[in-house]
Amino acid sequence: MKFDTPAATNPIDQLKVVGKATDRIDGPLKTTGTAPYAYERHDVVANQAYGFIVGSAIAKGRISRMDVAAAKAAPGVIAVVTAENAGTLGKGKWNTAVLLGGPEIQHYHQAVALVVAETFEQARDAASLIRVDYQAEAGAYDLAAARDGAAVAKGEPDSTVGDFTGAYAAAPVQLDATYTTPDQGHAMMEPHATIAAWNGDKLTLWTANQMINWGVKDVSQTLNIPVENIRLISPYIGGGFGGKLFVRSDALMAALGAKVAGRPVKVALTRPLMFNNTTHRPATIQRIRIGATREGRITAIGHESWSGDLPGGKPETAVQQTRLLYAGANRLTAMRLAVLDLPEGNAMRAPGEAPGLMALEIAMDEMAEKLGMDPIQFRILNDTQEDPEKPGRPYSQRQLAECLRQGAERFGWAKRNPKPASMREGRWLVGMGVAAGFRNNLVTKSAARVRLDGQGMVTVETDMTDIGTGTYTIIAQTAAETMGVPLDKVAVRLGDSSFPVSCGSGGQWGANNSTAGVYAACMKLRQAVARKLGFNAAEPQFADGHVSSGGHTMPLAQAAKDGELVAEDLIEYGDLDKKYQQSTFAGHFVEVVVDSATGEIRLRRMLAVCAAGRILNPKSARSQVIGAMTMGAGAALMEELAVDKRRGFFVNHDLAGYEVPVHADIPHQEVVFLDEVDPISSPMKAKGVGELGICGVGAAVANAVYNAIGVRVRDYPITLDKVLDHLPEMT
Amino acid sequence: MKPFTYERATSPADAAAKAASIPGARFIAGGTNLLDLMKLQIETPAHLIDVNGLGLDKIEETPDGGLRIGALVRNTDLAADIRVRRHYGVLSRALVAGASGQLRNVATTAGNLLQRTRCPYFYDPNQPCNKRQPGSGCSAIGGISRQLGVVGTSEACIATHPSDMAVAMRVLDAMVETVRPGGATRAIPIADLHRLPGDTPHVETTLEQGELITAVTLPKPVGGVQLYHKVRDRASYAFALVSVAAIVQPGGTNGIAWGRVALGGVAPKPWRVEAAEAHMKQGAKAVTAGLLADARPTADNRFKIKLAERTLAAVLTEARG
Repeated sequence: MKFDTPAATNPIDQLKVVGKATDRIDGPLKTTGTAPYAYERHDVVANQAYGFIVGSAIAKGRISRMDVAAAKAAPGVIAVVTAENAGTLGKGKWNTAVLLGGPEIQHYHQAVALVVAETFEQARDAASLIRVDYQAEAGAYDLAAARDGAAVAKGEPDSTVGDFTGAYAAAPVQLDATYTTPDQGHAMMEPHATIAAWNGDKLTLWTANQMINWGVKDVSQTLNIPVENIRLISPYIGGGFGGKLFVRSDALMAALGAKVAGRPVKVALTRPLMFNNTTHRPATIQRIRIGATREGRITAIGHESWSGDLPGGKPETAVQQTRLLYAGANRLTAMRLAVLDLPEGNAMRAPGEAPGLMALEIAMDEMAEKLGMDPIQFRILNDTQEDPEKPGRPYSQRQLAECLRQGAERFGWAKRNPKPASMREGRWLVGMGVAAGFRNNLVTKSAARVRLDGQGMVTVETDMTDIGTGTYTIIAQTAAETMGVPLDKVAVRLGDSSFPVSCGSGGQWGANNSTAGVYAACMKLRQAVARKLGFNAAEPQFADGHVSSGGHTMPLAQAAKDGELVAEDLIEYGDLDKKYQQSTFAGHFVEVVVDSATGEIRLRRMLAVCAAGRILNPKSARSQVIGAMTMGAGAALMEELAVDKRRGFFVNHDLAGYEVPVHADIPHQEVVFLDEVDPISSPMKAKGVGELGICGVGAAVANAVYNAIGVRVRDYPITLDKVLDHLPEMT
Repeated sequence: MKPFTYERATSPADAAAKAASIPGARFIAGGTNLLDLMKLQIETPAHLIDVNGLGLDKIEETPDGGLRIGALVRNTDLAADIRVRRHYGVLSRALVAGASGQLRNVATTAGNLLQRTRCPYFYDPNQPCNKRQPGSGCSAIGGISRQLGVVGTSEACIATHPSDMAVAMRVLDAMVETVRPGGATRAIPIADLHRLPGDTPHVETTLEQGELITAVTLPKPVGGVQLYHKVRDRASYAFALVSVAAIVQPGGTNGIAWGRVALGGVAPKPWRVEAAEAHMKQGAKAVTAGLLADARPTADNRFKIKLAERTLAAVLTEARG
């Protein structure tokens, strides 16, 4: 199905199932511990052996000598895989560093060996017997030090509109401030894990991966085997946040281990290995300049960002939202990329916007204060209904102002005293902060297959993944709505490369595109059903498990009485995303309290008002947003991969050292979705919310801290040591 | 994990004797720290002696009106004990400020005292660490040290002792009862249990090889307002940046008749300097100046000095009522 004109009224608009708050259909499996995750698939293939990965002890250099004899001789050991016996390996398109290092080492904890043994404990014990001698080389690990040598990244030219320099210089009110965000880890619950089994030259990987088709291609490219010989199966994923977009060393090493051992091998990354062995959100340094008239109209806006990555890597696109979010005739956005020898930087929930808004939305707060304006009023004054870099290119929907207005009303913004450090309750200083949330809606093709059987059961098959987001449920709702059956007449099968290729889970594009693909396949199945039942009229009705046309009604199941009906289709898009800017919007509101003695910052209330097209399942959408708000709170207050700049690694590489919020940190959270449908986005008229929820939260917290104590912290995370010197004197 | 053998001890003296005679033996109780360290091969015991079944899990009143806490009393049970809550409030408060509910259900009194540092370099076997591998050097000095010690540290080690419970016990003048491998018992003031690192940071206590902690005794209640204030980056399940255990008797000049204070999160052991407590009436600044007079912070953790002073000031304000 080609989607190249705005959606008209269609079966989804019935909203009998879609749009209803629905418990996730995979919920019982999750709550009873019976949803099979990759490492637990003991049943899928017999004789599984255990693999344990050895990570490099240095960040950069070479292995000069490696002695695996003691490991090979250890009890229970079946095989040891290193670069020496792994054969010639390629590198996946989506990997920057190779997944198996040696002799060259590109980053700390890069895999250098896999030990395969009868038990996990034997493999781990033997792994400690591998002796590796390294020749360490000096590396670059400090972004601030590497900043001056940073260059324009390939495919990421500067973007200019008008005369930024002149307009900024002429602006009566100016802000020029620099912000930093640290490296952050995904820290999802389920570690990267894979079971690999070879059958002749055919490889099956039961794994945890957000993007099945990317994965197949990258395994093919790395192992130099045809894609037809590879099957990826990933029906349940215990969190990803972008950390499982790509094939990682668990999958490659399991495949290599299984080949050398001659039997299936399972590998999970240990928690201490995850932070340096895989990918992370790169640190940024961001300079923002805003010039405005005394009335508060932005005349010049500039945003420059510096980040680092391994050679061949990409920049963190922290300036993206600044190209689109606010009006202003003169604009400059630029990114510079430094070479760093830290582990690979890559996507983490809302790459670009999440750290970009952490900076931009503090800058907006600072600018509002300089202007003596309310920060909401300042944002609304500079709202735009068109792409500010391409005047005349409208937004498909843009309700940012409404998000901010409604949020202010609900949150009690009027009670905020704009004078910092003026609200106090006992030993607590109280502050309120606001920020805009913004994340683009990306459209990309997505396919599905739908089967109807003689019992009237509809089964959907697509290689789409559910990383804990609720995809199973919204796909079932879509199929139920389109085929006119109740939810319990739909079965959903996901995450298998033998199914049609979907959009996968990432960039908050999963919900809209994958359901649109299912809708397309269902519409094709409806045609097949109509033909089979002999309904020649243009549009038979599908409702309540029946099909009606011209006064005749027949059970849907009747169409499959002679055998299953199968339809497959995909959604693909024309140029509506070129003609219209498609984005999602939020107003984030936060109230914090700061201990006037210790500087401890605690959240008290959070509110997100979101405008993100049709909300397919308000229940799972809310879960996505509150989870993202929690992650945003972590980014604001505690999350930081601490870089040892001498040795080139993230020191706090476990969940004791890398702090993420716990229940006690997260207070009352409220989420409101504005009533919106976006016929430009897809037949579903939906957009994503999973990343919108984090975008802007960090700055809302920072702005609330400023309001509470009058200290402007521009370096995340906002920890007590950064405010301690500025707190009131103790008596 | 290295292969190891395992047995259940039959008595405290039996446990101590076996631990002294079997090379590489370690006691195991709750295992909340030891098992983690074994998985990382930082601890590689050849033999585990399980002391869970030795009847050391009771809390009893002592003849002089104090409390004798068995070494195997779980943190949850100790925190909830009505006598502890009534007379040793600082201990109950410190316990519930530590770890998580699940960990406190398993972690024991003696195990809590003997837990090892959470210095991230200690936890990474690729990195030099004098505590883990004597003589290899300290990576934390000059590295990431925001969480680490400011006082009592050495050129060889700046790790902290992570316990909350022990800080409260220090301010309560607890005694640690042990049985030695020969069967003799002794009582060690808690102040003398943990050693400062000096140039041997791997030697963390004054216990002999095989010596088993059987109980911790608390003297008879001293009254006062008993507070424990733990400061950390997140609201729960984090180690202290600084903690203050205090017993304060309100009254007299400046609202304070007398007071005791110990700090956590700043030193290789619960940090108390009795002489500093003489300045209690002068307030937090004077006390902290005495407590941290010999502090040698890093650039990363210099803030702990001011934080300790301000936290103590808040505690004193609260204690005055």
